[in-house]
Amino acid sequence: MIRIVDLHKSFGQNKVLQGVNLRLKHGETLVIIGQSGCGKSVLLKHIIGLLKPDRGKILVDGVDITNLKDDELHKITKRFGMLFQGTALFDSMTVGQNVGFGLERYTDFPQEEIKELVKENLAKVGLIGIENLMPYELSGGMKKRVGLARAIAYRPDIMLYDEPSTGIDPIRADAINDLVIRMKKELKVATLIITHDMVSAYKVADRIGMLYAGQIIEMGSPEEIKNSNNQVVQQFIHGRAEGPIKNW
Amino acid sequence: MLGLLTWSFNLLNPKMFSTAKNPLFYFNSFLQQVGEVGLLLFDTFKNLFKKPWEKRIFIQQLEQIGVRSLPVVSLTAAFGGLVFGLQTYIGFHRYIGPGSETYGGPIISLGLSKELIPILVGLMVSGRVGSAIAAEIGTMKITEQIDALFSLGANPTRYLVVPRTLASLIMLPCLTIYGDIIGMAAGFFYNTYIMGVNRVLYIRNTLLYMELWDIMSGLIKAAVFGVIIALIGCWQGLRTEGGAEGVGRATTRAVVIASILILIVNFFLSMALPADL
Repeated sequence: MIRIVDLHKSFGQNKVLQGVNLRLKHGETLVIIGQSGCGKSVLLKHIIGLLKPDRGKILVDGVDITNLKDDELHKITKRFGMLFQGTALFDSMTVGQNVGFGLERYTDFPQEEIKELVKENLAKVGLIGIENLMPYELSGGMKKRVGLARAIAYRPDIMLYDEPSTGIDPIRADAINDLVIRMKKELKVATLIITHDMVSAYKVADRIGMLYAGQIIEMGSPEEIKNSNNQVVQQFIHGRAEGPIKNW
Repeated sequence: MLGLLTWSFNLLNPKMFSTAKNPLFYFNSFLQQVGEVGLLLFDTFKNLFKKPWEKRIFIQQLEQIGVRSLPVVSLTAAFGGLVFGLQTYIGFHRYIGPGSETYGGPIISLGLSKELIPILVGLMVSGRVGSAIAAEIGTMKITEQIDALFSLGANPTRYLVVPRTLASLIMLPCLTIYGDIIGMAAGFFYNTYIMGVNRVLYIRNTLLYMELWDIMSGLIKAAVFGVIIALIGCWQGLRTEGGAEGVGRATTRAVVIASILILIVNFFLSMALPADL
């Protein structure tokens, strides 16, 4: 479904991605773990076309999206739904307008149908009757759920999550994990999650990959990652300050 | 000769510009920023005629830039007209003699419509609207809302920059016409009601010497200022980095850069536009 081949990206002298290779298969949940600032979000922004790589390819069902113009790119990214780390809800719009935004752009549905779909998608994430509220009136967990409703509203077949459990308490984080699993089952989507929350990673992942020093240094099932011999992986998943990772 | 060649090649070397101590760093940074604005202008023009048109945002911006600027333009134009009327009266009275003040009418109208009102409107709207545009887009940038726009199928230039630039391009000339009327009325009021200048002669002289082109050239300037204000505000907003501090920096820069550009461009437009048609 998505194949990333030898992806390189630098910002000035800072080499963030140095040859990332990975594959996301139909219907699977792939979690990419790594330290804060290791380039996880940069990787996600490449997949959605927000950043152009210095070198390498991103193939979506065989089509390289790295050189596409915006209008052509949107035909591909229409298949992606993304939940941003800070939810990125449009603060000048109501919850309903936020959730309906992608529907208005990606579909030809009449306004009445869009309104119905907005309600339906909000209900899917457990929110009812909040269409007319503004984002600043919502709690952190509600914002995450509205962000998720907005991302799934136009029925993407690939879901991308940027730190879905960051900034909310463990109970709400677990509720978001349950939603991620439910969305995958109900919508049959392929899911790519980037996080440094190992509890979430173990719960939702089919496979886990670790991004370190600009490359995927380990890839495997949650059990394989737990039993990895790689000291970098062991230090990260156990959250130890002592170990080969020094640049914290 | 070889030294010159080496220096020329060094200019092409990015490392040469990478340190803030090097004067070329500032020159390179300046060129880069001019390039960014040029590209944004090109991108805005390219997206001007592409669908979907953001009618809702365009109408909101017409209100935000135009209607909501009316109070500040009214006050500025009124006091600009009054003070210009006062100085013109003093000038005629002192240097040409009593009775010549009726010729203040065309001078006031010409000065206001060609220079003072477009500049005042430009600077006021730059402070009020340019800063708001930079702050709004800057906040959207640091909270990933612009990334979200893109991921949801909206082109950020088409969605954010085009409606603001178009609304500013349309509303600045409208505000200038409004300011012209207020300013000229204030000049007329000061001269005729306060200083007792003959009203009929004042109006007759104004109509006799004033030309439509004087007002039109002011409107052309205002339209250019409108593009400058919106484009600089959007540009600064889109390149915002570094949280709340970054938004503050972008807002200040948007006002300062747009205001300075308005003054510089006004001079060159005054030179380029013919005195009469």
